[in-house]
Amino acid sequence: MTDLELNSGKKDRIESVTMQGITKRFPGVLANDRVDFDVKASEVHALLGENGAGKSTLMKILYGLYHQDSGEIYINDELVKINSPTDAINLGIGMIHQHFMLVPTLTVTENVALGLPSSRGPLTDLDRVSKRILELADLYGLRIDPNAYIWQLSVGQQQRVEIIKALYRGADLLILDEPTAVLTPQEVDELFGIMRQMVKDGFGLIFISHKLHEVIEISHRVTVLRNGRKIGTRPTSEVDKSELAKWMVGHAIDFITTTDQIQCGEVRLKLENVSCESDRGAKGLKDINLEMCSGEILGLAGVSGNGQRDLAEVIVGLRKVSSGRIILEDEDITGADVDVLINKMLSYIPEERMRDGMIKDFTVAENLILREHDQPKFSDNGFLKLKAIEGHAKELVNRFQIKTPSHKTMAKSLSGGNIQKIVLARELSRKPRTIIAAQPTRGLDIGAAEYVREQLIIQRNNGTAVLLISEDLDEIFALSDRIAVIYEGKIMGILSREDATKEKIGLLMAGVMPAEQA
Amino acid sequence: MISDLFSLTVLLGIISSGIRLATPYLFASIGEAFSQRSGVLNLGVEGQMILGAFTAFYVVMNTENLLLGVLAAMGVGALMGLAMGFVSITLQAQQGISGIGFYLFGLGMSNLLFQLLVGTVETVSGFPKVPLPILSDIPVIGKLFFDHNILVYLAFLLVPIASFVLNKTNLGLKIRSVGENPEAADSLGVSVSKVRYFTTIFGGAMSGLSGASLSIALLNVFQLGMTAGQGFIAVALVYFGAWRPWGVLAGALLFSLVNGLQLWIQVLGINIPSEFAVMMPYILTIFVLTLSRSKYGAPSALTKPFEREG
Ligand SMILES: Nc1ncnc2c1ncn2[C@@H]1O[C@H](COP(=O)(O)OP(=O)(O)OP(=O)(O)O)[C@@H](O)[C@H]1O
Ligand SMILES: [Mg+2]
Repeated sequence: MTDLELNSGKKDRIESVTMQGITKRFPGVLANDRVDFDVKASEVHALLGENGAGKSTLMKILYGLYHQDSGEIYINDELVKINSPTDAINLGIGMIHQHFMLVPTLTVTENVALGLPSSRGPLTDLDRVSKRILELADLYGLRIDPNAYIWQLSVGQQQRVEIIKALYRGADLLILDEPTAVLTPQEVDELFGIMRQMVKDGFGLIFISHKLHEVIEISHRVTVLRNGRKIGTRPTSEVDKSELAKWMVGHAIDFITTTDQIQCGEVRLKLENVSCESDRGAKGLKDINLEMCSGEILGLAGVSGNGQRDLAEVIVGLRKVSSGRIILEDEDITGADVDVLINKMLSYIPEERMRDGMIKDFTVAENLILREHDQPKFSDNGFLKLKAIEGHAKELVNRFQIKTPSHKTMAKSLSGGNIQKIVLARELSRKPRTIIAAQPTRGLDIGAAEYVREQLIIQRNNGTAVLLISEDLDEIFALSDRIAVIYEGKIMGILSREDATKEKIGLLMAGVMPAEQA
Repeated sequence: MISDLFSLTVLLGIISSGIRLATPYLFASIGEAFSQRSGVLNLGVEGQMILGAFTAFYVVMNTENLLLGVLAAMGVGALMGLAMGFVSITLQAQQGISGIGFYLFGLGMSNLLFQLLVGTVETVSGFPKVPLPILSDIPVIGKLFFDHNILVYLAFLLVPIASFVLNKTNLGLKIRSVGENPEAADSLGVSVSKVRYFTTIFGGAMSGLSGASLSIALLNVFQLGMTAGQGFIAVALVYFGAWRPWGVLAGALLFSLVNGLQLWIQVLGINIPSEFAVMMPYILTIFVLTLSRSKYGAPSALTKPFEREG
């Protein structure tokens, strides 16, 4: 008997899942308030809502990670109790989490095999598992090396592992919590291909995203949550993007762009022939020359994994430069202490904010002063000025609309998007003279994303130099004064916005030089 | 004379005692490696060891049954492991401090029981040497490696077994994942607390066995505080060995050889203050710990309690 038969023999296929009147309260927040939600086989049901609206909570209840305070769940019209992920898995529910659930030090195969019974009793049967992984991968076009360690994989590949994990367990209902937030446009296309194939094969899919065009492209129905309440469900064919936006936030949203001419001031940041090594087989930097002046936003476009992260890290001093110099405000800062950078008012919004930008077990207020905790503003001879810190936190929570029960809440219990906002608020609010912003709007709802973009433009107008690293070409085009393209650790070219077209940039991103383009 | 150290007999003597002395380290460190791989730092090893040492000694003194002594020591260690598990896993107490608490408990309890139940220094007849047939007849090597008591063989056998369990079994996979990313393990239906209870109880049993190897195999007496910090060194060895059984073996051998050297320095009456000789292994501990890149390979969730929110 194959594993597939083993799995399908266990239970009926899921034809429909219905959640009825789900209520979930956390200390200080009503995360879900009598929410009804349902999904059927062979459909994609999108779940939309602002940061903190309660999407992940509802899905974690369905997956048995949280328990609802009240409400029922029915599968194929039968009442079910889902007390743990094991229950959910046995019922055929799989979940791709907003923050991946993988063990980085284990291989792909080990991650898939974890928690499953083995055909060899107490011994692992990794060979068998890896064979089956390749079969599944083949079926859905999920290219993956079963023997690779998770830490060696790109986020896109890690996501494939998550999907395989669910398929391997015989899931026929898959919850995808913001699966596209970390993907490049090409990877999103691939994921959608996989999703379409799954729909054809009778899977039910729940899809969460803040990108409205994705929702419109892939889903059959869409449900909107606001403040824990369900606003409504409609067939996707009946709505368009602006309608969805309005529906979601309760009012219309203007999508902004910069239009005014730049006031290019003195050179703020200069990289001279900078090279560096990268870790774990990714590409390092090769001979980078780059100049940013005050009052401009320099967009850095590129397919993820081409050295963007290394570039940001060498500038902010987190990665060793192997040759070349970095000059910030006329001072050589190659290998300088982080203090120096902080005093030069350099702000850094790291791509992996959960890991590099904050401390999960600190409160919101503490996270908001991480960078300046020893400045006179917040500390007095080594004692923290709690009143000042509290005031600061309250102001930023308000300005950036961070949804949190209080400033004393642990950062980790905030919703994904609100965790991001903490880092953004901290880095943007300290009147930086230079900003390195990597994927600054990733994971934010459209309202919050627009707010952050607006902030970047305001900073630029006040004379700040901004390096905007983004995989979202729309964002790059909307904000940048000049656009640089990085490919395999090299700068392929720098274009002014007037000269740049998506085609030109796209070719550069693929590594095609302008001469060859002609 | 220093040069006495370099005669063949003495060198062989050092190696032979080094191998014997590695036994308690191996048991305790392998147990500790398991619990740390699952994310629990047990600093109470020393306490579990000394209580195990007393228990084994007392049981053997009264029953002359060595197996019973070993089992009792393991049982007492396991119970302390269970208590440590309860405090650190269920109650989620700070692991470092609770470990120190268990150390003090074990030390005090063994003192108290010894004074109440035994009182004077007594010896027991412990595990005899069991020369392995044929192997022990090999010249030089035979005496060195194949002429020991059964616990020595067991300790060395434990290394490949532990490595196999960690790397080739479902249990090992669970242990490793729970220590690296408990949320991920939990989301796949692995019970984080079950796995951690298992490793702390197992670790406790191994520490108890380690204590028994001192009191009824190596020395055959019980003295107050006789573990003399070996439990703490065992914890250090886990770091030294980068959380891998084979690495732990290398560390244990290194330390026990230095220990053996130290003994021989005293035996030969070499003109080094004996206090200094006794300090050697401890100085080495500090030295090696600063040198070994202790961050490398540390389980990410080490010392972090796990609780599913909501
Ligand atoms: N474990 C938790 N403990 C306390 N509060 C929580 C917890 N998880 C979620 N919340 C709160 O519940 C609310 C809903 O959070 P949820 O994660 O469901 O939002 P979301 O819609 O997924 O948002 P995002 O788009 O930012 O991911 C938030 O206010 C959040 O602070
Ligand atoms: Mg979420």
